[in-house]
Amino acid sequence: MKKNKKDVKLNFDTTWSYAAAPESSDHVKIKDTYGLFINGEFTDPLSGKYFDTINPATEKKIASVADAGQKDVDKAVAAARNAYDKYWNKMPAKERGKYIFRIARIIQERLRELAVIESLDGGKPIRESRDIDVPLAASHFFYYAGWADKIEYAVPGARAKSLGVAGQIIPWNFPLLMAAWKIAPALAAGNTVILKPAETTPLTALTLAEIIRDAGLPPGVVNIITGAGGTGSAMVNHPGIDKIAFTGSTEVGKIIQKALAGTSKTYSLELGGKAANIIFEDAAIDQAVEGIVNGIFFNQGHVCCAGSRLFVQESVAKKVIRKLKDRMETLIVGDPLDKNTDIGAINSKMQLDKIKQYIKIGMNEGGECFQTSCALPSKGYWHRPTLFTNVSQSSRIVQEEIFGPVLSIQTFRTVEEVIEKANNIPYGLSGGVWTDKGSKIFKMTTALRAGVVWANTYNKFDPTSPFGGYKESGMGREGGLHGLMPYLHLDN
Amino acid sequence: MDAIEKNKSVVDVDTNGQSNGHSSKGERLDVMKTYKIYIDGKFPRTESGRYYPLLNPNGKTIANICNSSRKDFREAVVAARKAQQAWSSRSAYNRGQILYRIAEMLEGRREQFIAELVETGSTRSQADKEVNISIDRLVYYAGWCDKFQQVFSAVNPVESSHFNFSVPEPMGIVSILSAESSGLLGLITAIAPAIIGGNTVIVLASTAKPLSAITFGEVLNSSDVPAGIVNILTGYRSELLTHFSTHMDVNAIVYFGNNQEEIKLMKESASLNVKRVSVYSEKELSEERSQNPYRIMDLQEIKTTWHPVGQ
Amino acid sequence: MKTEYYFSESPVIDQVGVEERIARFNKRSIKKESKMAALKLAMSMMDLTTLEAKDTPGKVKQLCTKAMFPHAAIPGIPSVAAVCVYPNLVRVAKEALKGSKVKVAAVATAFPSGMSSRKVKLEETRWAVNEGADEIDMVISRGHFLAGEYAYVYDEIAAVKEACGKAHLKVILETGELSTLDNVRRASDIAMQAGGDFIKTSTGKIQPAATLPVTLVMLEAIRDFYYETGKKIGMKPAGGVATAKLAIQYLVVLRETLGNDWLTPDLFRFGASSLANDLLMQIVKQQTGVYQSIDYFSKD
Repeated sequence: MKKNKKDVKLNFDTTWSYAAAPESSDHVKIKDTYGLFINGEFTDPLSGKYFDTINPATEKKIASVADAGQKDVDKAVAAARNAYDKYWNKMPAKERGKYIFRIARIIQERLRELAVIESLDGGKPIRESRDIDVPLAASHFFYYAGWADKIEYAVPGARAKSLGVAGQIIPWNFPLLMAAWKIAPALAAGNTVILKPAETTPLTALTLAEIIRDAGLPPGVVNIITGAGGTGSAMVNHPGIDKIAFTGSTEVGKIIQKALAGTSKTYSLELGGKAANIIFEDAAIDQAVEGIVNGIFFNQGHVCCAGSRLFVQESVAKKVIRKLKDRMETLIVGDPLDKNTDIGAINSKMQLDKIKQYIKIGMNEGGECFQTSCALPSKGYWHRPTLFTNVSQSSRIVQEEIFGPVLSIQTFRTVEEVIEKANNIPYGLSGGVWTDKGSKIFKMTTALRAGVVWANTYNKFDPTSPFGGYKESGMGREGGLHGLMPYLHLDN
Repeated sequence: MDAIEKNKSVVDVDTNGQSNGHSSKGERLDVMKTYKIYIDGKFPRTESGRYYPLLNPNGKTIANICNSSRKDFREAVVAARKAQQAWSSRSAYNRGQILYRIAEMLEGRREQFIAELVETGSTRSQADKEVNISIDRLVYYAGWCDKFQQVFSAVNPVESSHFNFSVPEPMGIVSILSAESSGLLGLITAIAPAIIGGNTVIVLASTAKPLSAITFGEVLNSSDVPAGIVNILTGYRSELLTHFSTHMDVNAIVYFGNNQEEIKLMKESASLNVKRVSVYSEKELSEERSQNPYRIMDLQEIKTTWHPVGQ
Repeated sequence: MKTEYYFSESPVIDQVGVEERIARFNKRSIKKESKMAALKLAMSMMDLTTLEAKDTPGKVKQLCTKAMFPHAAIPGIPSVAAVCVYPNLVRVAKEALKGSKVKVAAVATAFPSGMSSRKVKLEETRWAVNEGADEIDMVISRGHFLAGEYAYVYDEIAAVKEACGKAHLKVILETGELSTLDNVRRASDIAMQAGGDFIKTSTGKIQPAATLPVTLVMLEAIRDFYYETGKKIGMKPAGGVATAKLAIQYLVVLRETLGNDWLTPDLFRFGASSLANDLLMQIVKQQTGVYQSIDYFSKD
């Protein structure tokens, strides 16, 4: 006796809801104004300019931050060069390592504070900043600290030297974590650093500057300067910088690669993605559904390796989509500082507009749109978890990186078909494979043209694990032994 | 039109590399070799119908060499793409065997290579040395085929309950501008580290010393190297550089030389599809430092795979 | 026909994925009024249990009083859902609970091992129901299950269900002996397919007893069964749920896996003995803001 299946529906509009559980922010002291961290101290910008950083959950200003101009970049480069020649390059490697260990420890000590600032400035849920971003940032410094005096073991048969001054430009989606991904290996390899955080999320990097100062690093070894595209461009084109490390969009990555063509600067790029997350019929379906959710809704979908293209084998497509929709209904969108929030604020108005634009495009292309029914706060930038069915390889929302909580779903019948579709894209950063069959996993992970393949899991990160893309998703790896290479010059 | 038919100055080469010009009366007229390009395991002429005369040090034309066009390059990329997946799925052991087979074939035809090098300006002893190093270099890389993965892979001790490993994988299609100063060694120094790692290549031979390149194509064709793995074009860098570096289906580009203008142009064009760029000096080709596993790794991506450990 | 059972297609379960999901559930922060609501809900879902060979009518009567009036000092505390005893004490419990809504559950089928003949098991079931049991908690034959004799297990559950008559049947999988989550899932599917009204983790006599990962897998089996058939099966984690904090974590898993319809004693129970007092202490703590001592709560 089967009921009509249409009547069978889970009800998540429950009588027992979770009361607000805000993370306390009393202990967090954010200054009204931040200068540039150059040569070991915070200084006023020579440009005399400042810009506001706002809380995307409230649209309120948090602080004024210096806008570094050409002269400020010159000053930072000079400081980094001086620090390289005078201290860092001369220092015994093991002592360099000890400084990096110190940074790791202080990050751990200030974890709560950093997590709160990260969520305030960027909009990500405190659950993620507290449990993922900040601990991973600390562990990155721990990992690379140990490499400092062991580089010779990373380059068998060759001799490695540091490059000199590294200019590092990072995005707004994992502000502190990306700073750690950049600074830790650069320092361990013996380089000095100028880091520019994204203009919408400078505050944790500036707090990291305090930590670096408190760790007693020689002045100028790490310089942190804030600003927008103009500041980044000044770094890219600066003759005093030996290496550019960039994480951000493929569009800007190409501009940087082109700009560096006539120079001897080396570069590593971590760019966009549009990852295929592939569910086979023999997968552990409930865990796969969770993997889909982690894949696309982690950090509001502001993740370059987000599993934004879902491929489900036709035989289980209905089941998976139904479960996915039910799971999505339990996602809590709201105050980033609430410990129960699953999806926080979209990082900026600009990004929110871009996501909304893609939703329109998807609809116009004939895509079928599903959004959850959760309530959204009235102020701030928010977007409901969204999925599109009835899309194809030619749809723009399937081809282009949206960088938001928007999933597109396609079905497939055979292994060959899904490999072809998964690789049918200019990107190649990551991919997901869900199947219970070991041999199929190895076939898939070999066939997918992507730098990271998560099999029966998704969006896992670890300091020991190399991360980076194929094709237009960038070049070079961050993390692990391979993550040292972009900061070394090999003499073989 | 056949290049040799067009060529009025028929050239003969003796084992000393001396050109003796026209055949003497009553002696047998030598059969001349036609130098074509090598694409997809075949030896077509350039589709453009254009040739450039190759002169020997005495200023006499040795042969008419294909002046390859962008369409030849395009065909070569198609062939390389078609062949790449099957090539990289071959076992490392098998690729090592094939590389070693190339070395054997080269050894067997060393006199021909020496002769051709001499014809394009090398002394006998220079040519002899170049062929020796070339053969040894092939053997060197043949030996790396099933080892570099072990040296440059990693099992990463991640904190969570996952097994995590990183392995090198070929970038895919590599376009190569091989050393202008060297006919054979430059070619092999460029090709060997690319193909042993599973890439397929399109290589532009030295404009001034193209003879060994085409003969090397013949060696490849008879040494179990599948069609499309190595594609060899002759012609002018100035004409082909942009196409080598802009083509959207080429994953990496390798440049031998030191022309800053060319390098800049190449790197700029490479940014179109975030192509990987490697620039090597062509000065030390015969030195040991021109062969090492890092040249293999320059054309490899690192892929990391995660999997839960549970039951 | 047995080869066509739905459970022959039980999905595989990835243990690490389940544990990660639980870790994420456990990050829910339940405060203030939502905590109070959860504590009271958990109390109303209790199967207050005594399953010892030394149990006597006196002990059972005291337990029944506690079941009806968990803490007389505070108004608004719900009574528990049921009292769970051995069959020979069903009549005592039934008598003691007369006039209340608290149900009597009896373990049966050669509990806890189930190592007896089917005839004996069915006889015991009928006797317990006849003594007045509203609910029967049976054990599956784990030996047969692990030997791959799924049809045997299925048939036995179906037979016990028939013997239950109007009494509700809870099927104890004894997940601590099933070793893998794949087995937990398959056993859940067999039990639901064979007619069980509830599926239950454990006897309490084997370690590990109830765990959150096992419970999640069973709830997901219930969800799939509901999707397939429209029939709502209940869930009972038993043993090992000793603290209010842990009970709330179970409720979070329940709420976000099956939704509102399952947040009722009709479809979810805790099998526990010491949990009641911890729930009470937490309720009082929520009301007064003062941390409590067990000396102020009855140990029945």
